[in-house]
Amino acid sequence: MYIVVVGGGNIGYHLARSLLSEGHEVLVIEKDAQKCERISEDLGSITLRGDGCEVATLETAGAGRADMLVAVTDHDEDNLVSCQVARHRFEVKRTVARVANPKLVPIFRRLGVDCVVSSTMLIMEHIEHDIPTHSLVHLLTIADAQMEIVEVRIPPKSAAVGRKVKDLSLPSGTTLSLLIRRQERPQVPTPETVLQAGDQVVAVTLPELEEALKLALTETGG
Amino acid sequence: MNVLIMGCGRVGARLASSLDAQGHKVTVLDVDAYSFRRLLPTFGGTALLGDGTDDEALRKAGIEKADAFVALTQGDNRNVLAAQIAKHLFQVPRVLCRIYDPLRRDLYEALGLEAIGPTTIIAETFRKRLAG
Repeated sequence: MYIVVVGGGNIGYHLARSLLSEGHEVLVIEKDAQKCERISEDLGSITLRGDGCEVATLETAGAGRADMLVAVTDHDEDNLVSCQVARHRFEVKRTVARVANPKLVPIFRRLGVDCVVSSTMLIMEHIEHDIPTHSLVHLLTIADAQMEIVEVRIPPKSAAVGRKVKDLSLPSGTTLSLLIRRQERPQVPTPETVLQAGDQVVAVTLPELEEALKLALTETGG
Repeated sequence: MNVLIMGCGRVGARLASSLDAQGHKVTVLDVDAYSFRRLLPTFGGTALLGDGTDDEALRKAGIEKADAFVALTQGDNRNVLAAQIAKHLFQVPRVLCRIYDPLRRDLYEALGLEAIGPTTIIAETFRKRLAG
């Protein structure tokens, strides 16, 4: 594959190195001469000095034949524009943007970036398991189907304790697919299953329904 | 008309002041409070400290009730991001943004933004003055 990387900082450098070692053709676009030099010295002449948001630079980079463009500069808005120029002007099939601000993830997706990566969110997902206050944990995201698999632990004070699955106000489009209870074998919950405090429920849901699912299973009864 | 302007530089401040003088309801948003000094002393609108690419700041600035949003920061890409948030997230009826880079301007114009490119306009003004 021919992959254009915009941004030759630490992320861009290591990304280029990994992609090269997997046998891909890589070009790194970077404004800063020193950063370009460092990459060229270490990885060979795979750099183009310039602004990766500019049509002219991407033209020189041969973006028209690129299979993918990955924008990993330190500026979120620059990453968005690189991806949009690549997509709309050069018909690059897949665009990937890094964002520092996690709030921009859904916005970038909506504006047509295929894959939006927030390091903040990635780190949060990895440490969520270790933070007991987080009652909802992401297990897996199925990007193509826009679905995600999450795990919710039922807190002792939840209104869901002692209630049957069919009596919960679960958002439609959400399926409870596995119930893990201490000292019991994992089971598939039925509408008649009664939830207990401490149960771990694995559910398939949509990103936008996540909050409603969390409320249905964890909200304290009034 | 209810207008939200992002960026209180020379152009933003001037536009804000003149729309205000014409009786429109104007809110100006800037990340630097010092830039509000450019507003005319008679400016009767609202000057608000905040980042126009942040949805919460935009809500506070009343974007949900805005008839028009104008992105006038120094950065083309910041303008492009803010304008698209205003258009696609908040469905502001009219969204205008400044893009200095002519090629980028053409692209975003084709993508449905009302993009104004000072570079082309000013170069053309100079050319006409010289030639005419």
